[in-house]
Amino acid sequence: MSFLPYAVAAWLFVVGLYGIVTSRHLVHLAVCLTVVQSSTYLILLSTGYVRHGSAPIYADIPPVSTAVDPVVQALTLTDIVVESTITALLLALAVQAMKRFGSVDPSFLRQLRG
Amino acid sequence: MTSVQHLAPLAIVIPMLAACVIAGLSFLPRRVHELVALAAALATTTLCAILLVHAKHGQIVYWLGGWKPHHGVALGISLTVDQFGAGIAMLTGVLVVASLVYSTRYYDEVDGPYFALVMTFMSGMVAFSLTGDLFDMFVFFELMSVAAFALTAVRIEERGPIQGAINFAVTNSVAGFGLLVGIALLYGRTGALNLAQIGQALDHHPADALVAVALLLIVAAFLTKAAAVPFHFWLADAHAVAPAPVSILFSGVMVELGVFGAARVLNTAFAQPIEPSLHDLRMVLVAVGTVTAVVAAFNCFQQRHLKRLLAFSTISHMGIIICGLALLTDRALAGAAAYALGHGLAKGALFLGTGTLLYHYGAIDEFELRGRGRDLPVLGIVFVAGALVLASAPLVTTFFGKSLIEDAALSADYEWLPAVLALCSALTAGALLRATARIFLGWGVDAPLSDRTDSEERSQQESSQEEGADVEPHGHTPALLVAVPAVLVVAAIVAGLVPELVPSVERAAAHFRDHASYAGAVLAGRPPQLAPVVESHVKATAWIYALASTAGALLLAGMGLRGRHVLPAGIADALRAAHSGHIGDYIAWWTFGMAIFGGLVLWAVAG
Repeated sequence: MSFLPYAVAAWLFVVGLYGIVTSRHLVHLAVCLTVVQSSTYLILLSTGYVRHGSAPIYADIPPVSTAVDPVVQALTLTDIVVESTITALLLALAVQAMKRFGSVDPSFLRQLRG
Repeated sequence: MTSVQHLAPLAIVIPMLAACVIAGLSFLPRRVHELVALAAALATTTLCAILLVHAKHGQIVYWLGGWKPHHGVALGISLTVDQFGAGIAMLTGVLVVASLVYSTRYYDEVDGPYFALVMTFMSGMVAFSLTGDLFDMFVFFELMSVAAFALTAVRIEERGPIQGAINFAVTNSVAGFGLLVGIALLYGRTGALNLAQIGQALDHHPADALVAVALLLIVAAFLTKAAAVPFHFWLADAHAVAPAPVSILFSGVMVELGVFGAARVLNTAFAQPIEPSLHDLRMVLVAVGTVTAVVAAFNCFQQRHLKRLLAFSTISHMGIIICGLALLTDRALAGAAAYALGHGLAKGALFLGTGTLLYHYGAIDEFELRGRGRDLPVLGIVFVAGALVLASAPLVTTFFGKSLIEDAALSADYEWLPAVLALCSALTAGALLRATARIFLGWGVDAPLSDRTDSEERSQQESSQEEGADVEPHGHTPALLVAVPAVLVVAAIVAGLVPELVPSVERAAAHFRDHASYAGAVLAGRPPQLAPVVESHVKATAWIYALASTAGALLLAGMGLRGRHVLPAGIADALRAAHSGHIGDYIAWWTFGMAIFGGLVLWAVAG
């Protein structure tokens, strides 16, 4: 068990946040959000990882053999569903922003201030 | 007690099914959609009421698919219903019903997907309140969030809603990912996702760095939903641009669910690990609540756009509710719950009231509407009554809630807290009274007396662009659009006077915070052993603070009518400038807040 996956996950979270903060394009911003989210996949999967474990499918292997944790894989799948929903919504909003503001740069979205 | 647990999943499934039916039958006329949604909302509210009554005797535990725990190990997913959970689910139901009834006349044009989204939103909120599983809390947190993002942008052709929805979606999603990382870390440590099971695994161990980081990420995510400063920027944008029947769900119950979620995890999973550090953690959380209440109250007073004013007032009142959570005692939590009930109903009435103004006049700016509200006197009374609730005037529901929080603050040696909270109540209620007097009576100056013309011009432009840029004034108002807010505001005032309500909230809070009884009910199926609760009485100091905040509100309203400001120009402009509307800035603030709040929480819990 190494700390590497956790270090990478922390890096992805922070670099994704940096991308969102400095983003000049809403599509780029949505992608940065998925970068932040990839850190959660990594954390989940490395939490359940077992060295030399097989996939948790016991159809053709003896039930006593080592397998990785299936729960975190289910959580990751759920997470991917959440992710795709949010990305779809944000991309739809980006299209509308282009139509109504004439720009997809967050700096030009100046309807709400103060 | 035999089969009542089967009602819990029904309360979640019914609105979900209604959403599917409405989305699938979107070719049917609007009235059919309204009827299906209304029937589902009423059924869910009734179920939550039954659950609320039965939860008096202890948690109602339902294991999905019959996967019950074996020898104290829970692999299945539970719904664990207690009085707080059922109560906030019922408040959700009541507000959804009010919103749906109101929207039958409010929207000139609305299609099926809107009602499907409202039902999905409701299902997510009810499920979030009833679940006993940490990962489910994440799933339902996301479900209600996604539905809420879409509902914010329901008027997709306008500019304000697009920007508001983007800011709302990005901020809450980032917080949600933090929540998931926290859950993954906890699962890695405990191998459990059930709240009671996590609590059992963490019992008898002082919190180490990993548990502290998990606690930080989870609580911070819920505080983002609850709009604690500096995670709060999304709220003002989202609430100001969403249509009125959606805003009441946001302000009335969604943000309160953030505090509820934080209280839930702190009192189940983390109950033992935080035990040694209660004193320090209390200090950190009270600081967050106080800063939120104060900053937002000053922001609120500066607003002239009525919905934005109410949005900032919501943030400020969330600060008060967070203080109730932060004191980490039974009494304070009971106070927070009673306060949330009164505030939720009153904010519902006020947001619907602004919706009615928009419907009638096609405008929502305080100066633009000056003196024009005389045609709707009843609505003016609703606004004044709502302001009384915000001021926690004596004997309204929020007064009882706040007196419990004050009482707990005094016993925890936070003598300064009640005075600060009274100031925030006075500022938010004063701002609303000022706007009410100007709109409905035509009192006060007719243009801002300000030499800061550039910022005023800016606010004029923006206020004409938020919800209602394209709304045609109707020039008349159906009685229903006044009746619904009136009913809600009456409920907000008298709920606290219902005999036995406040004492039973106190008992429910003690029950909610009883970690051992929760774990026993979930994992071992033990009936709870409820310790008798010492009920508190309203103290003389509470009357003084309530009268002071009410008088302060009148005074501040008078100042506001004469065009005076309460803050020096430099600070006021800085407060406004922070709300730049730029999502990058908001996430930078969020990261900054995580650094400060995170450092403090880690110091308090693991230090």
